[in-house]
Order: sequence, then structure tokens, then C-alpha cells
Amino acid sequence: MSVLVFVEPDDDLSLQAVGFARALGEVRAVTVEGVYAPASWAAAIAAAADGADTIVAAGSDRGNELLAHVAAQLDQPFAANVTAIDGDVVTRVRWGGSLLEEARLHGSPRILTVAPHTHPAGEAPPSTALTVPGTVNAVPVLERVEESNAGVSLRDAKVVVSGGRGVGSAEGFGPIEELAQLLGAAVGCSRVVTSAGWRPHTDQVGQTGTKISADLYIACGISGATQHIAGAKGAKKILAINTDPEAPILGVADYGVIGDLHEVVPAITAELRRVRGE
Amino acid sequence: MSMKILVCVKRVPMTGGRIVLTDDEQELRTQHLGFTISPHEECAVEEAVRIVEAGGGEVVVLALGPAEAEEQLRDCMAVGADRGILIRTDGAEWDPQATAAAIVDAARDEGFDLLLFGNESADSGNYQVGIRVAYALGLPVVTGLKKIDVVDGRVRCERDAGGARDVYETQLPAVLTVLEGLNLPRYPSVPGRLRAKSKPLAVLEPARPEPRLEKLRLVLPPGQGKQAEILGEGAAAAPRVVEVMQSLGVA
Repeated sequence: MSVLVFVEPDDDLSLQAVGFARALGEVRAVTVEGVYAPASWAAAIAAAADGADTIVAAGSDRGNELLAHVAAQLDQPFAANVTAIDGDVVTRVRWGGSLLEEARLHGSPRILTVAPHTHPAGEAPPSTALTVPGTVNAVPVLERVEESNAGVSLRDAKVVVSGGRGVGSAEGFGPIEELAQLLGAAVGCSRVVTSAGWRPHTDQVGQTGTKISADLYIACGISGATQHIAGAKGAKKILAINTDPEAPILGVADYGVIGDLHEVVPAITAELRRVRGE
Repeated sequence: MSMKILVCVKRVPMTGGRIVLTDDEQELRTQHLGFTISPHEECAVEEAVRIVEAGGGEVVVLALGPAEAEEQLRDCMAVGADRGILIRTDGAEWDPQATAAAIVDAARDEGFDLLLFGNESADSGNYQVGIRVAYALGLPVVTGLKKIDVVDGRVRCERDAGGARDVYETQLPAVLTVLEGLNLPRYPSVPGRLRAKSKPLAVLEPARPEPRLEKLRLVLPPGQGKQAEILGEGAAAAPRVVEVMQSLGVA
């Protein structure tokens, strides 16, 4: 069994895909260098996959995009974000991880990406850099614009303090921002908040927002829709502050405080200041 | 510049806090749920409507789904889409290749300048329908976009790339897939809802091809039914909360 794995340099998700692929057969790792152009890169991967019975990449933005191109070029089915495989039956992620699906891949080669953080990283294999062919309809990256570094990044923050519908208004985020500042945390929010225009979309934690990996996630006035949990479940611990003891968030949180965030959050801030002797 | 734009949307349930499966493990139990379209697609519809408001043209919304998906198409018409195409199914899911093929058949002779998709659907998350449609129509495709500018028959667009933004530019016609955050979609107005009722809706009923990514069953992930440790009620819980923060090393 020969498995072609597309690997990006310095990418933990790619190494997780390698770890997954090693269980399937002999791994042939390939990289592509130069300006990113999905259609051309995919053509290079498809050409290199001649003879492989499986093509694997990370379930990252780029991995999912490239293998969808490969599958379209080869006219084969493609399973994104797979957590397990047995013959031609894959288990894959739906609803951002709130649900799994078992599905049969009727195709050859099998083309799949590996759902992030479902397999330990494998050792970096020796890899071959592929030559990129000229491709019809290739749309390469024209330029890369670096973002100015503003504050704590939501994706990488150790602590995230987040507000939902219960915050009530844009101004209501004042106490949440104060607690976040004290903790060196990023401020997050639920989709309700961004849809209402109280916070920018870049603050959204969720299936269609940012997927966080904090040590502690503090969810204030957030009921816990699956859309939100899909972005929050990467946190090691979740503390939920909610008036409703039946809120779904308390079924996924590690700790809960039953109460109004407008009272609880300032009280936590004051207590933190007190124990720090401020 | 006048533009004819297709936006493809998918009817999906609003899952709320907890997913419950039907007894045959084929679907979500939806008796008590409302339906919507995927969040990325709401932004695709909004973007199409803005482009046509600015330069003229037509916005066509397309859904592949059960007869009830007409509700979602009318919702899109209520916020400015001009007409709809429903590829009506018996309710069973179509796999990505079958979905793409049906969209291609519906779109091929329309002469769209721009075809917009969500980057991935909220429910099945297959990340491929828009890309497959582009290949079948022989068009360029750019995915995962949070900014789109149409200028002089070309489109310049941007995608987040971890602390940076990648800029792409392509000619029209083209397929673009977008992400939530592209814009802030408007809410439908009452007159908008009234107008939507009389906008044209075409219904197609192609046969469903054999799936090549064949759903066998749905499975709830492990770890359901956890219960949080309650640290207290109201402001009085603050000292326990800070103790927990200290134990986690984040205080």
C-alpha cells in the first residue's frame, strides 16, 4: 500500500496527517515550493500520486482546498476531515465536530484530509519537492499583505474571555474587556454578537469564526450552540457563567457559575485584584 | 458594470445546543428546529446583492434540497436576490459530486459572470462543491475569501493566511467561495419579504446519481453528557473562580 502525503513545512497538522497515513501503508511525502497556486499545486500532487492508493493531507484550509482540487482534476470522491478509515469506509467530521459521519468512498485512489487534532503528530518524513506544471485557470497568490500585530491573537491566546447574547450590547463588553486585560487574555464572542454588530467578526469563536486552543475559556452569557462549541472545544478548560442552570454550555464546560455575568465578571475582576494586592 | 451572479445556498437546521439523531441514524431530528442557510452563504448572498446594487445586474439564488428549501430561497429573495432555482430532491442527501453536477447543469446556459458559494456547508462540511463546479465549467476558482472587489471585468479578492492576507486576482467569469466575516448581512425588511413572495422560482428535478461519497450513518462523538462543576452562584462565586484560575496557572 502506497500513501502519498502532501506536507507543508513547519506545520503540525501536516505531521498529524503523516501520523495518520503511516498506519495505512508506506508513506511518500511531497512538498510544493514557490508561489501558492491551488490548481497548479494540485496538478503536481495528482501527477505524483500515480500508483498511490491513497492521497492524504492535513484538514487545514490549504489541505482541504488542495485535495478538493486534486479530486476535481481526477474526478474522484474526496472526504474532508477524516478521523478514522477502515478499507473504503471513513469516519469524518460534520457540524464542525459536533457530529461524525461514517461514509463509503467509491473511488480510487482514496482522497482524504485528516481532521485536525485527532491524531498525534508523526515524525517528519523525508520529502520530495514537486515541480509545478503550468495549469489552465491557475490563480496564483498575487501578493501577501502582512497584518499589523494588534493585541493578543484569539487563536493563540492562553486565556479567552468571551461574551454572548447575555452581554446585551456592545457597551456591555466593558467588564469583559477589563477582566481580559487583567488576565492578558483575548476577548471573544459568539455568533449572535457578531451578527448584531456588537463586535467584529474577527472576535467570533465558532465553527464559522476562530477555533481557539486556550488553557482556559471563560464563556459569559453564552448558551452553547453547537456552532459556538465547535470553536471553543479546543480549549483545555471551559468556565461558563450563565443565569440558566439548564444552558447547554454547562454540558460541555468544566466549571460553571450560575448568575448574571454583569455581576459575576466584575466580582471576579475585583477578587483577582484583591489577591494580587492591587 | 452589470453583473449576473449565481449564489448557491444550502438549507440546514439551526441545531441549537444539542444534536439528536433520528432512529435510523441518517438525519438530525429536526421536528423542533428552525432552518436557515449556512452562515458563509448568508455573506455570499449579501455580497452579491451589494455588487448588483452598485453596478446593476441580477442575483440568482440556487438551492439543492427538499421542497421546503423554497423557504430559504425566499429568505434570500427577501434581502435582494431577484429569482430562485430549486433543484428539488426527495430530502435524501446528495453527495458533493452529484450536487456539483446538478448545479452545473442548472447554471451552464445562464452565462453567469460570478458564481458564489460558501467555503463549506455548515452541516456536511465537504469543502469541494464550488471547486468541482469551477472545473466542470472550465472557470477559475478562489476559495475562503473575506474580501471581494469587482473592478473592470476582473475580481480582486483576499483570504486570511495566518497573520497575513493573500491577495488573488482573476478574470470573470469565475467561481468564488467565501467565509463569514466578508460582510455583515442585512436583515430582511417587511416590504422585502412581501416582494420575495412573487419573485420567480424555477424548479428542476434531476434524478439523483449514485453517491461516490456515500453516507452510511451518523454518529454522535464520544464525550456527551458531561456536567460542569458548579463553583457557586452570583458574585459570591468569585473567590472560587480565582482559586480555579490559580490552579490552572492563568491568574
